[in-house]
Amino acid sequence: MAADEENVEETQTEESTASPKKPAAAPAPAGHGTAGHGAEQPPADPLAALTAAGRELLDVYLEVLDEFDPQAGALDDIPQVSIEKQHVLRACQLIKEDPRIAAKMLLCLSCVDYTEYFQVVYILQSLEPERTLALRIDVPYSDASVPSVTPVWRAANWYEREAHDLFGVDFDGHSDLTPLILYEGFEGFPGRREFPFNEYQEF
Amino acid sequence: MTQISENRTPDAEPVEMLLNMGPQHPSTHGVFRMVLWVDGEKVVDVEPHIGYLHRGSEKLCEGEQYHQVITLFDRLDYLANFNNEQVYCRAVEKLMGLEVSERSEYIRVILCELNRIASHMLFLATMGLDAGAMTPSMICFRGRERIQALFESVSGARMMHNYFRIGGLKEDVPDDFVPQVRDLLKLIKEDTDESDRLLSFNEIFLARLKNIAAISAEDAIDFGLTGPCLRASGVDYDVRKAAPYSVYDRFDFDIPVGLDGDCWDRYYLRVQEIYQSVRIVEQALDQLPDGEVASSLGRRLIRPPAGEVYVRAENPRGEIGVYLISDGSDRPYRIKVRPPSFCNLSALKLMMKDCWIADAVVILGALDIVLGEVDR
Repeated sequence: MAADEENVEETQTEESTASPKKPAAAPAPAGHGTAGHGAEQPPADPLAALTAAGRELLDVYLEVLDEFDPQAGALDDIPQVSIEKQHVLRACQLIKEDPRIAAKMLLCLSCVDYTEYFQVVYILQSLEPERTLALRIDVPYSDASVPSVTPVWRAANWYEREAHDLFGVDFDGHSDLTPLILYEGFEGFPGRREFPFNEYQEF
Repeated sequence: MTQISENRTPDAEPVEMLLNMGPQHPSTHGVFRMVLWVDGEKVVDVEPHIGYLHRGSEKLCEGEQYHQVITLFDRLDYLANFNNEQVYCRAVEKLMGLEVSERSEYIRVILCELNRIASHMLFLATMGLDAGAMTPSMICFRGRERIQALFESVSGARMMHNYFRIGGLKEDVPDDFVPQVRDLLKLIKEDTDESDRLLSFNEIFLARLKNIAAISAEDAIDFGLTGPCLRASGVDYDVRKAAPYSVYDRFDFDIPVGLDGDCWDRYYLRVQEIYQSVRIVEQALDQLPDGEVASSLGRRLIRPPAGEVYVRAENPRGEIGVYLISDGSDRPYRIKVRPPSFCNLSALKLMMKDCWIADAVVILGALDIVLGEVDR
């Protein structure tokens, strides 16, 4: 009896520790100009890959988003700005409507899991002239919600549903966050780093 | 029985019915399911359901070494394998600052453009079938088969080639590659001419496709449509011209642009694109330089420096983007693919508003989706 109880206890503790267990913290990739996280390993020059035109565009970009305290950066050769997540909807409206940028197209919305926080990266495209921009926000694990940008670009609809499926990030103001890629009732967030490769759920 | 006859009276209330199409339906081009709310023959609303082919490709990439990821990219858009391989290899090369030999670049462009032709030929075939035309499918499948035979002689596989390498190619092309491709181009033009003559301006085909699901340029841009679906609406946007990559800036070619943004424009644009791709391949063959194609990396394990890149390319279905993050280890930290079909398909609700059930098949066909890429 005593041995059985011990076994039960053991399995219980195993189960309880299994879910919050995280792999060793992944190093924050260099090259993104986010103030808080980039501070540990300051990259040589985050804007090094930008061309002269890219730097000019970045200046305009910073000016347009001036009210949100933007952090300048670069996604390789794409001018990039990081802002606080609560401003994202207003900022996106400005990015789309300001004639100096006029990014009418949302090319890509990507969610990245850095095990302590998420990053949501918006890749934006203006067609005339043809220019690409990036917008980046940090989303903490404890409060994984971002204002939805579906009112700005309808393209964001499926991207946000996908990110919600795979990473468990909530998009406030999204009309319908039902599973898109996964099926109803799937447990866990398969996009996250902690999700195992070799485990599967019976459908 | 009484209910039906009651509903047939002229002043009867409209009855909405739920109609399920797919996932095992030949006209949904794969495992795609849509639920149609229909009122008689009229589609009131549509709810697309995707994810039946979700394999977690992006997640799987995180567990593979950089060289191994190429095989996973083959399986995204399985009708344009070379194009997918190319965009991934370019992403890693950009991250590592790797130079690719001229010859490799030219061979890549030739194979990618041939792949675009093969993909568009399959589209012409299925578009004809969706609208009820049988003969063009025979012609186009025959043409596509010839291209795939060439791919087999180059890479050893009809599909899923795994031929491009980070920094080069697996091996050089066969000795008779250039004359083979030249012969092939002649046949491609003949096949396309023949199919075009039969189908494009056929009265029934026009009636089925013209003015169906026309969307404006504003809507197309807002939904993030790219490729032929965007250009059909009159937007002149092609990554090969907007942000030239590889050696595309050395060729003289045009970007066909549509007028009305309807299904017929989406179809006819692809016919025109085949001719433009033929032009590119012809020029690339003329300019094809000699030299080494093997990657300078050899078979070594690679660890690109920590950093991130976003690389774009024009695939047959639209703009593909690869957002690659490296943490300095031998495996990618995160890969996000911007799949063109995914965005194109998200506009389905808008396109199918108030169409007929029979048109639903045509609208989906004209979008030319590949579920391997939509679901990933």
